[in-house]
Amino acid sequence: MPTMNMIQALNSAMDVMMQRDDKVVIFGEDVGYFGGVFRATANLQKKYGKTRVFDTPIAEGGILGTAIGMGAYGLRPVVEVQFADYIYPAFDQLVSEAARLRHRSAGEFWAPLTVRSPCGGGIFGGQTHSQSPEGIFTHVCGLKTVMPSNPHDAKGLLIAAIEDDDPVIFFEPKRLYNGPFDGHHDRPLKSWAGHPSAEVPDGHYRIELGKASIVRPGQDVTVLCYGTMVHVCLAAAEESGVDAEVIDLRTLLPVDIDAIEASVRRTGRCVIVHEATRTGGYGAELSAIVQEHCFWHLQAPITRVTGWDTPYPHALEWEYFPGPARVVAALKSAMEAA
Amino acid sequence: MSKKAKAPQRLQLHVPEPKHRPGDAGNFDGLQIATPGAMPRPATDAPEASLREFPYGLIRVLDDSGKAVGEWTPALKVDVLLKGLRAMALTRAFDERMQRAQRQGKTSFYVKSTGEEAVSVAQAMALDPDDMLFPSYRQQGLLIARDWSILDMMCQLFSNSADRLKGRQLPVMYSVRDKNFFSISGNLGTQYPQAVGWAMASAIQGDTRIAASWIGDGTTAEADFHHALTFAAVYRAPVILNVVNNQWAISSFQGIAGGECATFAARAIGYGIPGLRVDGNDFLAVYAATQWAAERARHNHGPTLIELYTYRAAAHSTSDDPSAYRPGDEAEHWPLGDPIARLKQHLIALGKWSDEQHKALVAEVDAEVKKALREAEAIGTLGSTKADPATMFDDVFKELPVHLQRQRDELLGAMGA
Repeated sequence: MPTMNMIQALNSAMDVMMQRDDKVVIFGEDVGYFGGVFRATANLQKKYGKTRVFDTPIAEGGILGTAIGMGAYGLRPVVEVQFADYIYPAFDQLVSEAARLRHRSAGEFWAPLTVRSPCGGGIFGGQTHSQSPEGIFTHVCGLKTVMPSNPHDAKGLLIAAIEDDDPVIFFEPKRLYNGPFDGHHDRPLKSWAGHPSAEVPDGHYRIELGKASIVRPGQDVTVLCYGTMVHVCLAAAEESGVDAEVIDLRTLLPVDIDAIEASVRRTGRCVIVHEATRTGGYGAELSAIVQEHCFWHLQAPITRVTGWDTPYPHALEWEYFPGPARVVAALKSAMEAA
Repeated sequence: MSKKAKAPQRLQLHVPEPKHRPGDAGNFDGLQIATPGAMPRPATDAPEASLREFPYGLIRVLDDSGKAVGEWTPALKVDVLLKGLRAMALTRAFDERMQRAQRQGKTSFYVKSTGEEAVSVAQAMALDPDDMLFPSYRQQGLLIARDWSILDMMCQLFSNSADRLKGRQLPVMYSVRDKNFFSISGNLGTQYPQAVGWAMASAIQGDTRIAASWIGDGTTAEADFHHALTFAAVYRAPVILNVVNNQWAISSFQGIAGGECATFAARAIGYGIPGLRVDGNDFLAVYAATQWAAERARHNHGPTLIELYTYRAAAHSTSDDPSAYRPGDEAEHWPLGDPIARLKQHLIALGKWSDEQHKALVAEVDAEVKKALREAEAIGTLGSTKADPATMFDDVFKELPVHLQRQRDELLGAMGA
């Protein structure tokens, strides 16, 4: 089986779907001839032609507006918003239009589009190239929100997203594009080579949306995480000596309530980890789900480890980033509680 | 040598103001109105650079005596004109009855299109039935001209048990896929880039269908307007982008949207798109301009922006009172008249119509509306019947996810179902 980094896996997913379905079109800023600033769409224009893979004006609202019209026509647009930080000009088209079109037309029209967008920090991107706005979208009824943590999942989830008949916001943690980053920024870079999740089949396969993955089984505490934080949490589990069960949620909406419930009922403890800011963040929803479904099984307060409620600071990003030391502390504190 | 410093000039903010307000007499003196028949009709493949007089002109066909004059006169058979007249009269009768139904509490909200009937009816007729329409909320005439059921429209307005949108949408926000009429949003302007995207998809697929969209003068200020024109121009999308300049965006006159700085049709010039400015109360001119733009789009010559110059004779909606911000009799002074009266006059001038026939037509369409109204009322009016509450959870997604199943059960439990 070939080894792929996350960019290659995403490229392979789009290649497979372009090949299988002539209704799939790809567009966005710099995605055509150049193949995207992160190279995710490299060679696709050459292979499938300019009318199926093309560059757009710098207008995220226009990209999403036209994508909805194409979706209503019957195409399956896969659009790239170059950074998650740039998605806000498209907010009205996503929230008021893509998300509600099927409902408001009672099923007459829908927009089966996929919005790919690199998110997260750790690349010295400063406040406009580091954000994780997933919690803004999970709050919107009618959108599905996905964030993969490795090449194998990235390809299978992206294919499932493209084939899905509902709009999917697909956030790609850019710090994971080239390797499984565990938050130890002072250590040598790791690549995906040799990582089991970097073994990616060439052809078509799907990972069902709405299904979490237990990436580290454990008995003592459930860790709910996704994206880059999956690798941070795995490192923290090893370093803390706590037998943590690390769950990679993969899809944030619809979320795998059953997997969360089964694990927390067993461990009785729960730590929630995300890179995004804390207040009103997705972790708050996870915390509420755990409280509603597992309250009588809890032996310790639910703890959140998140980015601080500040903009992502350029030179202070490692003080901002919820790295392994903070997760270790949270795991220990969860275990120390009565 | 030192110069004596001049006192700097104090800056002043300009806030546009309409010429007349309540208490003034309605008056449009000074408005530049082109002579009917004066504008030439260029070839539909003419380069945009040769068309730059059109955004500042006004395409008119019907003159004051009801005669069709000039190159823009469309070659329409009398039965087409009669169909247009009937659809406009039916739209007006429908509007009158639905306004009254709102006052009687049968619906929560209504929006009339009085004075603007030629825009939607002539444009629907100039397009092919399978061309895709992305309307705003004042183009009910599109559906009526496409022979959609007014009973079905009433059921949507009354949010009753036969409402095809299951009580989810504000009245008048129709969606009729069967007539290639896109779901109306209610957020202004969002449909404009969507229409461009639909048209781009049609071109990507090598289809033959084109798209058309409508917004008002006020909505041209939204970013979606700029996105739509940029994308339409860049990809030469087969789309007709219409701006219905009815002079008023609720209480804001068109100057607040920048209509005094340049015409709305002139927005097209900066994008390299042909801009046509058309007498929106002239059925023949609207038909001809739409036909021109459609032919251009069908032959891969790209988009056209059409400004339909008209006047919103009624209130913005049933929640609005225009006497609070404009002269009460302003509509009567609109120099371009009434679209139904003008087409009627034209047909009479042709010797194909009479006052008696017109009176009979008005009575006939009103009877048709009354008959449908009785049927709709028998099904239910606002609150008397409605969609099954459990259906609220359908269509948020194609399939019902677990969290929505649980919320539906919670609602049904609370209702004691």
